[in-house]
Amino acid sequence: MSTMKVLLAAGALTAVGATGAAAGTLDDVRAKGFVQCGVSTGVPGFSFTDDAGNWRGFDPSVCQAVAAAVFGDSSKVKYTPTTGKTRFTALASGEIDMLARNTTWTFSRDVDLGFTFIGVNYYDGQGFMIPKNLGVGSAKDLDGASVCIQTGTTTELNLADFFRTNNMNYEPVPIETNEEARTNYLAGRCDVYTTDASGLAASRAAFDNPADHIVLPEIISKEPLGPLVRQGDEQWGDVVRWTLNAMINAEEYGVTSANVDEMAGGASNNPEVARLLGSEGDLGGMLGLDAKWAYNVISQVGNYGEVFERYIGSETPIGLERGINALYTDGGLIYAPPMR
Amino acid sequence: MTDTTERYEPGTHPDLPPPMATHGPIVWMRKNLFSSPLNVALTLLSIYFLYLIVPGALQWAFFDAVWDAGSRAECREQGQGACWALVDVRFGQFIYGFYPEHLRWRVDVLAVLFLIALVPILWDKAPFRSRWLIYSAVFPFIGYFLLVGGLGLEPVETSKIGGFTLNVVIGVTGIAASLPLGILLALGRRSNMPIVRTLCVMFIEFIRGVPLITLLFVASTMLNYFLPPGTTFDLVLRVLIMVTIFSAAYIAEVVRGGLQAIPKGQTEAADAMGLRYWQSMRLVVLPQALKISIPGIVNTFVGLFKDTTLVIIIGLTDALGVGRAALSDAKWQGLAWEVYVFAAILFFVCCFGMSRYSIYLEKKLHTGHKR
Repeated sequence: MSTMKVLLAAGALTAVGATGAAAGTLDDVRAKGFVQCGVSTGVPGFSFTDDAGNWRGFDPSVCQAVAAAVFGDSSKVKYTPTTGKTRFTALASGEIDMLARNTTWTFSRDVDLGFTFIGVNYYDGQGFMIPKNLGVGSAKDLDGASVCIQTGTTTELNLADFFRTNNMNYEPVPIETNEEARTNYLAGRCDVYTTDASGLAASRAAFDNPADHIVLPEIISKEPLGPLVRQGDEQWGDVVRWTLNAMINAEEYGVTSANVDEMAGGASNNPEVARLLGSEGDLGGMLGLDAKWAYNVISQVGNYGEVFERYIGSETPIGLERGINALYTDGGLIYAPPMR
Repeated sequence: MTDTTERYEPGTHPDLPPPMATHGPIVWMRKNLFSSPLNVALTLLSIYFLYLIVPGALQWAFFDAVWDAGSRAECREQGQGACWALVDVRFGQFIYGFYPEHLRWRVDVLAVLFLIALVPILWDKAPFRSRWLIYSAVFPFIGYFLLVGGLGLEPVETSKIGGFTLNVVIGVTGIAASLPLGILLALGRRSNMPIVRTLCVMFIEFIRGVPLITLLFVASTMLNYFLPPGTTFDLVLRVLIMVTIFSAAYIAEVVRGGLQAIPKGQTEAADAMGLRYWQSMRLVVLPQALKISIPGIVNTFVGLFKDTTLVIIIGLTDALGVGRAALSDAKWQGLAWEVYVFAAILFFVCCFGMSRYSIYLEKKLHTGHKR
């Protein structure tokens, strides 16, 4: 009993020690010469490997942007594929410097697990997909349906809550991966497939007859997805946070990877653009970075909108609309504090 | 009497084929497939199932298959069968993982050297076997050097090792290291010395009572907390150690089964001849015990080799991990069948090979105890 306590205490102390020693992540990153970034082992559009074996997608883009901000070179990233089970320990133990892996920002993850979510780069929510010929127009009519649901996720709990509050019954069909869900759903082993709306859209896009399936209008949960870092290293947190903010602001100000050179050359008379791109003021210096940090991010990775359209936008096979992920000026929720 | 029959001297007539009633495909079928009403029913049922499955599978895998395309959409334009183009485009990733492309020759060389090192171990009539075995003993170091680099070769991080290479590296290392370790543990468990015996029993029972996944999690996450900050202890190495001790515990039990089947008289006879403990084990007991244990040992190894795919859970990209990442590429999404069928073929070839070798070994070592 007491031995157990001693062991646990020792473990906890070591853990604290590991976290404490990792303070000054920016210096560590500079010293080793690359950003070690945790990504997902594979979510369509968000994180995947291309035919040449490079990690690409909406989430790795954030890592590339941070590398561009710190080193002026977006390729100085090393990726650690993490699963839903290993992601938090990998970050807490210092194995990775940041985690960009469609992770929902929740109270307990932020407060209890000791991480800092540095913002939201995709507002998601849980939805339902059904075959059109089921003839159902609303999730409230799904009483008695069999539902394919990924086990051990927040979606499972949300589903139970939703059906309970609406006094309905359902029959869960537990599945493990997205691919399994797709196969089961198409084979008719469940009437409904539920997961994050972005995942539904991505799955549906790859069906042979996407038009035969609809995503119901109800979104039953809030899933703000964002990158996170270890709590307690404000400088590093600021670097990652303002890299994301710079991408969002760049879209708002109309700075793209195509016109960033003209903008930096004074084509824009917006002082915020001048501050963002480092031709005025010293925002980079305050972060401990080069004055051209945001210029490098935009020119090498692109602004928020460009990255969105490149990997998950309506022109890609994933085919997601901007929706609530449009800029606040277009009626969405994407909003970054001013660069000043 | 016509003259068409040839004449033979007595005793030179060639053997005539056996009569049709005892020989030939029809008799074989009647004997093996239609010998009783139950067998007739089972045969017909099997043929029906084959009829249901085989034509469709062949149609999908070969006749309708698309071999050359740039994305799933292009595949579907050309046909509804399997889209092997994905496997074709990503073949390098499936085999080498993220190993740098210009260094992949090192993995190829490694594979050839490995096969050469394997020959004298598996085939006891190999020429110059004893000298050849020295090379086999040195091979692990050569292999490590080729894979990871150093000494003039460009270094490669172990996290870059992936695909089927990773499965084979973990599998082969686990197999090679766990057999001696397992034998020692089995001997220790039967030892008369209480401390040795207790330690071995504790080790075996603890490791065997824990799922491999748990050990892998310990390797990937817990060790980070316990090791002093700043220590980098390579993840692949940690996994290798965990897989080895896991498999060693199983091997120990298999070998113990073999040891217990050897009559006590054998040990006593060896003692009577004045052999020491290690001599009697090496010369008398173990050769017999291991021979009995071959099926069990190979069974454990086949299981171990397939278990290497579990590393996907801790974020290493083995052959299945590469497949999962490929399926997340919007271009290729939805081709799970192709990916898993290809992975199944890779594993089947290796596991079937192991199983055939074990049968060969059993036949070779069969010295008259067979009932």
